[in-house]
Amino acid sequence: MQILQLKETVAFMKYRKIAMVFSALLMIAAITSLAVNKLNFGLDFTGGTLIEVGFDQAADLQKLRQLMKDNGHDDAKVQFYGSSRDVVIRLGLREDVKAEMLGNEILSILETGTGQKIDMRRIEFVGASVGDELAEQGGLAMLTALICILIYVAFRFEWRFAVGSVVALFHDVLLTLGLFSILGLEFDLTVLAAILAVIGYSLNDTIVVSDRIRENFRKIRDTLPEDIINISLTQTLSRTFITSITTLLVLSALFFKGGALIHGFATALLFGVFVGTYSSIYVASLVALALGVSREDLIPEVIEKEGEEQEQMMP
Amino acid sequence: MLNRYPLWKTLMVALLVALGALYATPNLYGEDPAVQVSGLRGVEANVTTLDTIKGHLTASNIDYTSIVLEKGQVLTRFKNTEDQLKARDVLDDNLGKQYSVALNLTPATPDWLASIGGTPMKLGLDLSGGVSFLMEVNMKEAINKAKIGMVADFRGDLRNEKIRYRSVKEVNDSIVVIFRKVADLDAAKSLLKKRYNDLLLNTDEESLTLTAQMTELKLKEIREYALQQNITIIRNRVNELGVAEPLVQRQGKKHIVIELPGVQDTAKAKEILNATATIEFRLVDTEGDLSAALNGRIPASSILLTDKDGKPTLLKKRIMLTGDHITDAKSGFDEYSRPQVNISLDSAGGSKMSNGTKSNIGKPMATVFIEYKPTERRDPEGNMIFEKVQEVISVATIQSRLGKSFRITGAGSQAEAHNLALLLRAGALIAPIAIVEERTVGPTLGAENVQLGFQAIMMGFGLVFIFMIIYYRAFGIVANFALGANLVLIIGVMSLIPGATLTLPGMAGIVLTVGMAVDANVLIFERIREEIREGKTIQQAIHQGYEAAFSTIIDANITTLIAALILFAVGTGPVKGFAVTLSIGILTSMFTSVVGSRTIVNAIWGGKSLKKLSI
Repeated sequence: MQILQLKETVAFMKYRKIAMVFSALLMIAAITSLAVNKLNFGLDFTGGTLIEVGFDQAADLQKLRQLMKDNGHDDAKVQFYGSSRDVVIRLGLREDVKAEMLGNEILSILETGTGQKIDMRRIEFVGASVGDELAEQGGLAMLTALICILIYVAFRFEWRFAVGSVVALFHDVLLTLGLFSILGLEFDLTVLAAILAVIGYSLNDTIVVSDRIRENFRKIRDTLPEDIINISLTQTLSRTFITSITTLLVLSALFFKGGALIHGFATALLFGVFVGTYSSIYVASLVALALGVSREDLIPEVIEKEGEEQEQMMP
Repeated sequence: MLNRYPLWKTLMVALLVALGALYATPNLYGEDPAVQVSGLRGVEANVTTLDTIKGHLTASNIDYTSIVLEKGQVLTRFKNTEDQLKARDVLDDNLGKQYSVALNLTPATPDWLASIGGTPMKLGLDLSGGVSFLMEVNMKEAINKAKIGMVADFRGDLRNEKIRYRSVKEVNDSIVVIFRKVADLDAAKSLLKKRYNDLLLNTDEESLTLTAQMTELKLKEIREYALQQNITIIRNRVNELGVAEPLVQRQGKKHIVIELPGVQDTAKAKEILNATATIEFRLVDTEGDLSAALNGRIPASSILLTDKDGKPTLLKKRIMLTGDHITDAKSGFDEYSRPQVNISLDSAGGSKMSNGTKSNIGKPMATVFIEYKPTERRDPEGNMIFEKVQEVISVATIQSRLGKSFRITGAGSQAEAHNLALLLRAGALIAPIAIVEERTVGPTLGAENVQLGFQAIMMGFGLVFIFMIIYYRAFGIVANFALGANLVLIIGVMSLIPGATLTLPGMAGIVLTVGMAVDANVLIFERIREEIREGKTIQQAIHQGYEAAFSTIIDANITTLIAALILFAVGTGPVKGFAVTLSIGILTSMFTSVVGSRTIVNAIWGGKSLKKLSI
């Protein structure tokens, strides 16, 4: 079976202006939202207490909220989690000495208040300094990842490709963060992990394309860089699509079957795969082209093994 | 011949996959409910314990499937959890306080598998249920204590060498000694320089001061010691909790991770972990007027402290000895069968104690227990502020000049003596700690997570399987074989590496690798199609497809590996689990999708003259 049967080269780079404007608009939207709405940081980063409990029947949130208020927890946020029998209660950081005992206290309030047997599903307490440290470490991790990748790509390819791929990664990370900010989705540690996986995925795509561009620069003479890029993108397009499809397939399995805890993770990756695919076609190659990548930059390495090379004989 | 692997190469690939499969099998066997009996405080379970346990179980008519003595622990397996719970109660009632009885789930790995090192994957707390704590060591306090100790040491050294000084004080980060004469200053400098090579000494002849500062190396040493000591003490405390497989591990520069699988009663765990404490021995101020002190007129050289019943005692301010010199404390009985506590000190502690007690025989000495209770307040640097709570836990008369080991008698009941010994040992901590993070996962959520993760993996797998067969037909089946081998290898490697833990995000990582692992095969197959379109022969197309795609696959995977490794370095707990499965998945997928699929392709199509290829 073939999904794409391209007989002719698609003139991707013809639409580069439109793509540039499109990407710029999306990025501005993401930055604006990040500045205005900020990110809805999860417990991992803000610190505080989270209690998840399971009820036998659907829980009455109104009643639970009142219960929290009556017991002096005015700041408690009570929400359903995954299903109507599953409730999550979030509390901010306290000045109290016994902040880490809060979880057990809430549990007993709920048990006596509702008169029901309650299933403790999880309690999480994160102190203030841990959250700050984590946010710092997380940011540092992303930066280190970007720098290491920049160095690797520059070493393996050429600095123009390296800049191109890092710009593409930055683009993908920014847009994914923007999505979380616009939709107000919770940003926790697993989402951070997902974003690093997005970096990995998007890079995978970009490298495949860059590899083909390099190969074609060596193989095809007397052609404009723009056309070389078009040819390479067309040649790799079908693999780009197939890999995106298989990855999207498994991610939708995660999204629908993985449960509430993994939802944010799956969302970030699903979106990341979309923008990652787009960015490897438009952002990375476009930046390399704009920086003036040319045949001469890529030729000196090895003499290309053209056409019908002698096959290695294997016993 | 083109596209033929030599037999050894095919066999090697088959062998590797078979090995992976072998080490993945322990995961299929599930777990037996068991009860684990381990000795507390230096006691080890032995053959006698084993027989006692057998006796108790038989007496109560509880069937067990096996009972073994291993590493000072007795592990008894049962058919069902009902027997397990009954056995726990029986043993708990009968074995006494020297042993801790813990419920456990033991892998039901057959002996032949276990004997070649086969174990199932370790499940993270988010899958097994349990509680994890992150504790922060108060490094500021650790360094502070070191400075206070140093001030005392300086005074002692100078006095012993008869060098006269005006004062020894700690000022900010350093210790300042002021002298009366330049000669004394010089003598002190050469003396201290000889004794403490880990201090930076600066002298100022004009103001006759000597400033000593700890070197970065020394500071690091203090911090390291504080962390290590805390880890050791927490390990001991955790063992007293009676948890099956606890984990106590350092994380970074000042944190300790504690994982207690299966623990639901976190309150008790926290109480034990949180009881950070130190001990100080001080002389009781017998000359001071207690009633005057109670009215607020406390002598300048004394302090007023109370015991747990609120009874006040006037104590000398000068600390005779601090708890960090205590190396051991045990409760026992004296020759008249009265409870007593035996205390051992290190050599520096011994000479301090000897000096402190030689002229004070017959006078009462108090043991003060100091607890640092964490508050939620923080200083400007973001370190937690600790509240100091002091309590007199024992007052005893000094019978003779004390040395490296001595005993406290008259501590009351045996239970009290036991408690005092415990407190003394806990008091050896030099830096207080606090829980800064806690995660508890209930058993139902854990089981649910396992199920969800498993379903997601299966579903993701199924979808990719179907898609690949539809899209690449025969070659799709080859890719699916490679994918299956990849999953088996990931599980095999995860089971084999002792530190690897499967978490929920880790399962997500496996799902993701499944999706991304086919990428390598997609790259190869698309390339083969391209080569065929360009008019190459089938065999050349296959060969060329694998060759040309190879460097791309390597580049693409190495960059993803970089991201995964960085995640591994900074991540903790579940996220680290994700990084582990992702990294392992990348490596195994490179093997299965390039070498593995090539082996199958070569075996089926290699060397034959073909007109068409099912791709």
